[in-house]
Amino acid sequence: MIANHGYKDGSGEYYISIDTDKCSLCAEHGCLDGCPGQVFEIEFDDWDEEVATVRARERNKLKQICAACKPVSGRLVRLPCQIACGSEAITHSW
Amino acid sequence: MSENETKEYWRWKEYNWKNPDIPDWRGSMVTAGVDVGSTSSQAVIMVDGQLYAFSNMRTGSDSPSSAIDAINWAMEGTGLALEDISFTVGTGYGRVNVPFANKAVTEIACHARGANFMYGPTVRTLLDMGGQDCKAIHCDERGKVTSFLMNDKCAAGTGRGMEVFANLLAVPIEEVGDMSLSVEEEPAPVSSTCVVFAKTEATGLLRAGWSKEKVLAAYCSAMASRVVSLLERNGMEKDFAITGGIAKNSGVVKRIERILGIEALKPNYDTQIAGALGGALFAKALAEKSNKGKIAGR
Repeated sequence: MIANHGYKDGSGEYYISIDTDKCSLCAEHGCLDGCPGQVFEIEFDDWDEEVATVRARERNKLKQICAACKPVSGRLVRLPCQIACGSEAITHSW
Repeated sequence: MSENETKEYWRWKEYNWKNPDIPDWRGSMVTAGVDVGSTSSQAVIMVDGQLYAFSNMRTGSDSPSSAIDAINWAMEGTGLALEDISFTVGTGYGRVNVPFANKAVTEIACHARGANFMYGPTVRTLLDMGGQDCKAIHCDERGKVTSFLMNDKCAAGTGRGMEVFANLLAVPIEEVGDMSLSVEEEPAPVSSTCVVFAKTEATGLLRAGWSKEKVLAAYCSAMASRVVSLLERNGMEKDFAITGGIAKNSGVVKRIERILGIEALKPNYDTQIAGALGGALFAKALAEKSNKGKIAGR
């Protein structure tokens, strides 16, 4: 399942997508410490599998939180959360 | 104070229902789903996987009481007691506050499962237009979620936004959709993305001489274009269905269909019960899995 956490407002779309099929196979959960903004947590999904999710209180603030890791130039880089995720399960919409 | 000032135009009808085709639940497996949403609560009772009874009411100020009220109202006149229910799933915003639930399941999974039951296995794209959020869900032929996207940042595109407009224009909420479709020419959507500013904008339009119908058309149109962008972001695939309270608003549904160029499946059930229905289906599967599928009345 692709879980899109985030929001859309007048300024754009800010979603972090997690491929839970890949994520559930990971035992390391590198995203927890790999994200400087600490936006991830691990939860049991509806099928009792451990998957990463974006903390509820951070979901509507992603534009601000993730800005620290995104180059102002818009140049594409692998973000710290993506580097930390061994399953390559994390993508950003912006 | 005049009657208009005291009337609550946003207030939708609360009711309960019992399936007349199922005379008795004794000797069958009874499961339940309770959806405690931000605005409304529903309880669905299933007997051997068939819809037996449900209630649909407004959520009160405390989730546990709302859950208890909803299940009690659904059980009213059935002779059922909580002990007769093999397994109960709680869902919705207040899912962890359903005191008698055996398990909590997210409303995203429950809506997909419920829509699969309501509309059949051909549903692939589902739009749940809830009281205070809006979800675009992609599911497979078993009703299992393959992707989802949710927007709860603001009230635009939600049932609460529509309630605000019904009150502003003094139009009963059940009549908003048809009234908005009665305009001869479709006006431009209201431009504000926030419901508070949209309300201000609508007040300005009324002062400029717009009819209520035209203002409603502009708001329904704005709501439709906002939720369509969510659907497109999550991926749009036929068949397409809408659940939640706004699915009863023909003005929004028709405009969504018009923008997408796809007709939504027509519901045979109350679209507000999809989450609780999915919960009751999960409950049945979980009861069978955990051998808790006791037979009621024995």
